[in-house]
Amino acid sequence: MARPALAILGKDLRQRVRDRSAFLVAVVAPLTLALVFGMTLSGVSSDDLELSFGVVDLDGGVVATGFTDEVLAGLERDGLATLTVVRTVGEGRRLAADGDVAATFVLPAGLSEAVGAGRPARIEVIGDVDQPIGVLVARSIADTFAAELEATQVAVGAALAAGATGPVDALAGRARELAPPIVIEDATATKKQLDPVTFYSASMAVFFLFFTVQFGLSTLLDERRQGTLGRLLVAPVSRRAILLGKALTSIVMGLASMTVLVVATSLIVGAEWGSPAGVALLVAAGVLAATALSALVISFARTPEQAGNFQSIVALVFGLLGGVFFPIAAIGGWLERVSLATPHAWFLRGLGDLAGGAGPGAVLGAVAAILAFAAVFGALAVARSARLVEP
Amino acid sequence: MSAAPVLVCTGLVKRFGDLVAVDGVGFEISPGETYGLLGPNGAGKTTTISMVCGLLERDDGDVVVAGRPLTTTSVEAKAAIGYVPQEIAVYPDLTGRENLRFFSRLYGMAPAAATERIGEALEVVGLADRADDLAGEYSGGMKRRLNIAIGLLHRPRLLVLDEPTVGVDPQSRNAILEGVEALAGGGIAVLYTTHYMEEAERLCDRIGIIDAGVIRAEGTRRELVALVGERDRVRLAGSGDLASVATACGALPGVEAASVRDGAVDLIVEGARGLLPELLRVAAESGGLVDGVDVHEPDLESVFLHLTGKALRD
Repeated sequence: MARPALAILGKDLRQRVRDRSAFLVAVVAPLTLALVFGMTLSGVSSDDLELSFGVVDLDGGVVATGFTDEVLAGLERDGLATLTVVRTVGEGRRLAADGDVAATFVLPAGLSEAVGAGRPARIEVIGDVDQPIGVLVARSIADTFAAELEATQVAVGAALAAGATGPVDALAGRARELAPPIVIEDATATKKQLDPVTFYSASMAVFFLFFTVQFGLSTLLDERRQGTLGRLLVAPVSRRAILLGKALTSIVMGLASMTVLVVATSLIVGAEWGSPAGVALLVAAGVLAATALSALVISFARTPEQAGNFQSIVALVFGLLGGVFFPIAAIGGWLERVSLATPHAWFLRGLGDLAGGAGPGAVLGAVAAILAFAAVFGALAVARSARLVEP
Repeated sequence: MSAAPVLVCTGLVKRFGDLVAVDGVGFEISPGETYGLLGPNGAGKTTTISMVCGLLERDDGDVVVAGRPLTTTSVEAKAAIGYVPQEIAVYPDLTGRENLRFFSRLYGMAPAAATERIGEALEVVGLADRADDLAGEYSGGMKRRLNIAIGLLHRPRLLVLDEPTVGVDPQSRNAILEGVEALAGGGIAVLYTTHYMEEAERLCDRIGIIDAGVIRAEGTRRELVALVGERDRVRLAGSGDLASVATACGALPGVEAASVRDGAVDLIVEGARGLLPELLRVAAESGGLVDGVDVHEPDLESVFLHLTGKALRD
């Protein structure tokens, strides 16, 4: 079975080399889109985000001073934000309205006293409508500080109930100095997120992979139309060997396309794909899944045009659901859960696992998931394979 | 003692839904013999050879090629078959030589032997000087010849040609017919389908006349013509109500069959010379205006008309 399958593979590859459309779909289109998306969106990275905040301290107490001197000034010291201290709410509102700051924090009079007495207190955030990300960050800072204050209140309350003595301020200070009992490290936000260039290099590569593989199996329909399938069927070759030869063409086309794209995007735009062995595992699994899906889709088509249309629709829907156009994993929720029903999402997730410098072992889960897709699609395609080699 | 037949097929049946496309067809072909399946379009010729080549699953019957039973999944038996389909089945984006090279690999030929055979096949079909051009750039006749070269490449014991001269210019057609004659002389068994009577008469040692999926008669040309007896084929060319002419003439004593084709009435008659004045009179009375008369000795066309009551190219 291997000899005729290899003969078909060699013939098909020779034909594909002469077919510019295959080269365009397999390399030019994904590479171009990866470069365009990556270079355009790389300007939105957190490294380039400059935040500026205003603060109005109408309280002057220990809580307000702590927020201004420790939290906000700390951000300024770390180079993450610039801080402007103003005296009145009107002045702070004007700063935000003029776009001079992303948001102004208003610390109202009596804030510290209210916190110390365990009464409800609030910090007001006045945002600039044109800087939504900055406003979001400001609210997040305020929320975090509020949560910390609440924890302190609980600790002081618990200490007093247990019979502790001494000034409340001192107890609160001690509570804040204690190390938090649980430290949560957010690995998804810092380690598993691909930078824009790498994300779009990978997503465009896997998206177009599902188009590229059709240049193998779908040529069975071209052969049927031009009469050469009949010649193959009359030759001393089993029908399985014909299918194997065509599937091998899809696999080789997919592997070649992915290899070129990985190397090209690494060299040209500096995409960081991660461990070569891990990437190789993901690529191999992805190519198998794409080939199996292609075989299944093509088994429903009667003409090359139908096959092309079916394949495009399936590739587009899977690509959209799989998050190749925007990082669905960063959004979370039901959309992220739905995306896991596609090999694309697992491929990108696997690359995310490699992004922190992990070895190939980190992608085994993603690879297993992609291979499961390949097995399901492949089994269904095999069940329908007789249709693919009808004269 | 004659050599064992290369092809034996018996009781072939193929149904497409309610339509019985082939109904009990059977024949044998010996080495060096050319067997023709002669019949009009839709008679079941292509369906028959599709079953003979293992391309199409049959509903009943048996096919044995070079002593091996053949089915759609056979591999060994197919190695003995060279197949030239009716449509041009070549890869237009490969050169003529690359097309042949690919099929040589498919048939498991060793590279050196393949190179030699590719050269020979290109010479036989007259494409040696255009071997390295893309097949898509060939003329229709050249593509037909490449189509045949692929079928010949592995020196098959049985060569199956399905109407290989359809749509071919006269020069290429003659070259193809000469090539087939030479092959049979070289010991290859040839199964040749056509609806051209002249091709069947020129090439075939034995002929099966097929119509509506059934072989109506089989034998050498002489044996088939003898079925018609001393009857002649008369062709009345003209205008007017030819259908009425055919009906009226067909009712005359001594007229065995009558049909209209290509602006003429074809008749099978006993003793054409004596009956001709009566035929012309009836034709005139029936509304026909006869402007030409041909009288032919019996041929395969006459046989077909005799057997089926209709012309070969209806």
